[in-house]
Amino acid sequence: MPFQAIVRAAGSLAAAAVVIAAMGSGAAQAKSELLVYTAIEADELSMFKREFEKDYPDVEIKWVRDSTGIITSKLLAEKDNPKADIVWGLAATSLMLLADYNYFQPYAPKGVEMLDAKFRDPADPPTWVGQRAWIASVCYNTVEAAKHNLPLPTTWADLTKPVYKGHVVMPNPNSSGTGFLDVSSWLQLHGEAGGWKFMDALHQNIAWYTHSGSKPCKQAAAGEIPIGVSFAYRGAKLKNQGAPVEVIAPSEGVGWDVEAFAIVRNAKNLDGARKLADWSVSRKANEIYNMEYAVVAMPGVAKAVKNFPPGIEGKMIRNDFAWAAKNRLRILDEWRNRYDAKSEPKK
Amino acid sequence: MANHAVAVAAPVRPKVGREDWTMRGLILVIAAYLVVAIVLPLYAILSKSFENADGQFIGLANYAEYFATPALAYSIENSLTVTLISTVITVTLAFVYAYSLTRSCMPFKGLFKGLALIPILMPSLLPAIALVYMFGNQGFINELLFGESIYGPIGIVMGECFYVFPHALMILLIALSTSDARLYEAAQSLGAGRIRTFFTVTLPGVRYGLVSAFFVTFTLVITDFGVPKVIGGQYNVLATDVYKEVVGRQDFEMGAVVGMVLLIPAVLAFFADRIVTRKQVALLSARAVPYEPRPSGPFDTAMLGYCAVIGFILVFVLGVAAYASFVTFWPYNLELSLNNYQFDLMDGGGWASYGNSVEMAAWTAVVGTAVIFGGAYLVEKSKGFRAGRAAMQFLCMIPMAVPGLVLGLAYVFFFNAPGNPLGGLYHTMAILVICTVTHFYTVSHLTAVTALKQMDPEFEAVSASLKVPFYKTFWRVTVPVCTPAILDISMYLFVNAMTTVSAVVFLYSPDTALASVAVLNMDDAGDIAPAAAMGMMIVYTSAAVRVLHAVLTRGIARRSQAWRRR
Repeated sequence: MPFQAIVRAAGSLAAAAVVIAAMGSGAAQAKSELLVYTAIEADELSMFKREFEKDYPDVEIKWVRDSTGIITSKLLAEKDNPKADIVWGLAATSLMLLADYNYFQPYAPKGVEMLDAKFRDPADPPTWVGQRAWIASVCYNTVEAAKHNLPLPTTWADLTKPVYKGHVVMPNPNSSGTGFLDVSSWLQLHGEAGGWKFMDALHQNIAWYTHSGSKPCKQAAAGEIPIGVSFAYRGAKLKNQGAPVEVIAPSEGVGWDVEAFAIVRNAKNLDGARKLADWSVSRKANEIYNMEYAVVAMPGVAKAVKNFPPGIEGKMIRNDFAWAAKNRLRILDEWRNRYDAKSEPKK
Repeated sequence: MANHAVAVAAPVRPKVGREDWTMRGLILVIAAYLVVAIVLPLYAILSKSFENADGQFIGLANYAEYFATPALAYSIENSLTVTLISTVITVTLAFVYAYSLTRSCMPFKGLFKGLALIPILMPSLLPAIALVYMFGNQGFINELLFGESIYGPIGIVMGECFYVFPHALMILLIALSTSDARLYEAAQSLGAGRIRTFFTVTLPGVRYGLVSAFFVTFTLVITDFGVPKVIGGQYNVLATDVYKEVVGRQDFEMGAVVGMVLLIPAVLAFFADRIVTRKQVALLSARAVPYEPRPSGPFDTAMLGYCAVIGFILVFVLGVAAYASFVTFWPYNLELSLNNYQFDLMDGGGWASYGNSVEMAAWTAVVGTAVIFGGAYLVEKSKGFRAGRAAMQFLCMIPMAVPGLVLGLAYVFFFNAPGNPLGGLYHTMAILVICTVTHFYTVSHLTAVTALKQMDPEFEAVSASLKVPFYKTFWRVTVPVCTPAILDISMYLFVNAMTTVSAVVFLYSPDTALASVAVLNMDDAGDIAPAAAMGMMIVYTSAAVRVLHAVLTRGIARRSQAWRRR
C-alpha cells in the first residue's frame, strides 16, 4: 500500500509540475524578455521602454546600461559567449569594432529604406542601423569667461589662441567616445598631418583631459573650467536646466557619431530583437529621438531642439566611419604618446 | 600491560581519530576555496599578461611594449613619487597624533581616537571630491594653494594623507602603547631630558611599529584608485592606468601587464612588513611594566592643540562632503536641497545601487566571518597535519599582498574564461561577495588568530577527554569567548565592503551596480554633487553599523566576557 501511495503522490507531483511549467511557458509567451545592452542616458531609458512596450506588449525590455566605454568593454569581454539579444543606442564605431568579432547578425528592419543613407551600414541587409546623431559641440560658461576676459570662440582654431591657455578641457579619446569623434573629425577635416598639428596647439591650452564626454560640459556648467569640449545634447540640456552656458558648434565642422543598434549573432530572443529593430526605425521612434536630439535618422522628422546650436546639421562633417573604425587603435596610440605622457599638470 | 606500554610510547605520533580527519577535511575545503578565490585568478591574470588579444602566448612582448610606451612607463615614477611623499607625511602626522594619545595626559583622548576613524567610513573617492570643493577652481578656499592646481600630485598627496591616516595611526597606537616603563625610569635616573629620552628610548622602542606603519601606508597609497581617479588630473599613476587600459581602451592584456607592475611594490612592501612584524613580537619581554604618562601642563596643552588641529581637519573634510551633497548647484545656487540624492535620474545605477551595496556588505559580513573565523579555528586548533596547516596559513596571507584592482581584473579573466565551470558566477552578487571576502581576508584572519591564541588549549584538551565533539566545543565555548573578535571581523568586512571600489569596479553588472562604483561613475560623468551625496550615503551607513557594533560589543561583553573579570 505505501508503495502505491508513493507512486500516486509522485504522479500528482509530476502532473503539478507539468501544469506549472505550462503556466510558466504561457507567461513567457505572453511577455518575452529582451536583454538590451545600451549606452543611452539613464534619464531617457524609461520613456523608450514604455513607448516600445505600448506598441509590442508581448516583449519586455530589460536594460543593461553603462557608458559607451564600459558597455563596449563589457561586450568585448563577453565576445566568446555573448549574453545580450540586441545592442541598442551605442556608438556606430563601437558596433563596427564589435562586428570585427562576428558579434552580430545582419537584419533589415521594416522601413529601413526610409532612413538617411549615412545613418546605416551600407551593406544589404545592414549589420547596424543608426537612430540619431550625437554631435560634438563646445560649452562656454559666460560667467567664468567674463571673469577671465575670454571671448566667445566660434571656430576650433580659436581654441588654440593663447588667451584660452589652461581654460579648456576635453575628453580623453582613449576612454570617451566623444573624445574619439573629436579627434577623428579633426584628422578628417585637416588631414592627418594638419590634424595632429592642430591638436598639438590645442594641447597647449588644455587644462586636463576627462574620462567621459559629458564631464567637460558639466564642469563648464559648474564653472570649474570656462570651456569644455563636449556634445550638443549635454550642452543644450544643461542650458535648459539654467546653467550659464552657451553651446557652440565651431564653424569648420563638427565630428559626430551615430547611436545605432545591431542584433547579436546568438540572440536568444531573436523575435523580440527584430521587433525592437522594426520599432526603432519607425516614424514614432524617430519623433521620440527628436525630443532631445536635433538630428535623427529619418529625414523630414526633426524639429528644432531648444538650445541646440542653430544650423548644426549643416556643420556635420562627411564622416568616414569605416576609416575611423579601422584606424581607431592607431589613432588612440598616437594620441596617447603625444598627449598622455605629461607628468605635470599645467598651471 | 604490553598494550599500555605501546600507548605510552605512542605520543611521538599520536593516533589520528575521526575528529582529526573531519577537521583536516574542512581545512582542505577552505584551502580549496582560497585556491579558487585567489591562486587561480592570479595565475589567470599572470598568463593573460603574456598573451595577445587572440589568446596566443607571446612571451614578454606586452611588457616590452609597456616599457616602450612613455605614457605608461612614466606612471611608475609618478606612483612612487606621490606614494613616498604621502607615506612620509602620513606616518609623521600619525606618529605625533598617536604619541599625544599614548604619552600625554591631555583630555578628550576618546573623542580624538574616534575622530581619527572618520576616513575609514568613506570610499577614498569622497575625500578627493571634498578637496575639489575646497581647492578646485571654484573651491571656497583655493587661495590657500597660491595658484597651484589641486588636480595633480598636490591633490593626490592631500587626499591620500587623509584616506590612510587611521591605518597608520592604529599601528602606531599599538606600537606606542606597548612600551616598557622601566626604560623610562632608567633614562630619568640617568638624567636624560625629555628630548634625549625620546630619541634613545621611545624611537628605538617603536622602530618596528614605524616601519610597519610605513609599509602598510605605502601599500595602501600605491594601490589606491579613488583619490587619483577623482583629483589626479593629467598626473597618471599605476592604479588609474589599469582602469584606463581596461575600461577606456578595452586593452585587457595591457591592463594585466600594468596590474602585474602594480603587484610588485605591493608584494615587496608586504614581505618587508611581515619580516618586521615578526621581529616586533620578540621585542616585548614578559617582565615589561606598562608606561603611564605623567601630567605636564605645557606638553599636554601642545599635544591637545595638535590633536585639535588634525581632528578639525578630519571633521572639516567630512563636513565639506556633507555640505556639498546638499548644495543645489555649486557655485551658482547655494540653496540647500535634496536634489542630489535623486539618484534614479543619474548615471551609476540609482538607488538600487545603494540597496545592492548594503546587501553585498551584509553577505560579506555574514559569509566572510563564518568562513574566515572557521578557517582560523581549524588552523589554530587542529592537531598534526603540519604541511596542510602551513599551506593554509600561507594561502590566508596572500590576499593582503594583492591590490584590489589586480584581484578584480584577475576575477574577470578567471571566471569569465570560456569553459570555466564556475562561469555562472560571473555578473552575480555572489562573485562580488567572494571577491570582497577574499580581498579583506588576511586582516580578518589575523584578528581571528589573535583571539584564538588567547584561548587556553586546555579547553580543547578537556573537551576531547570528555569525548565532546569539536564542533560542540567550538559552538559552545570558542564562539562565545571570541564574540568580540567575531563582531570586529564582521564590522570590518561590512564597512570595507561598503567603501571598496577597486576590487569590484570590473566585476559589477548592471543588476549589481554598487554605491561606491556609482560614486565613481557619477564623478566620471561630471555629476560631482550627486557623487558626494552617494558617498555620504555610504558614510551614514558605515557610521550606523559602527554605532551598532559598539552597542552590541558592550552588551555582549557584559554577558559573554564576564569570565575575564574576577
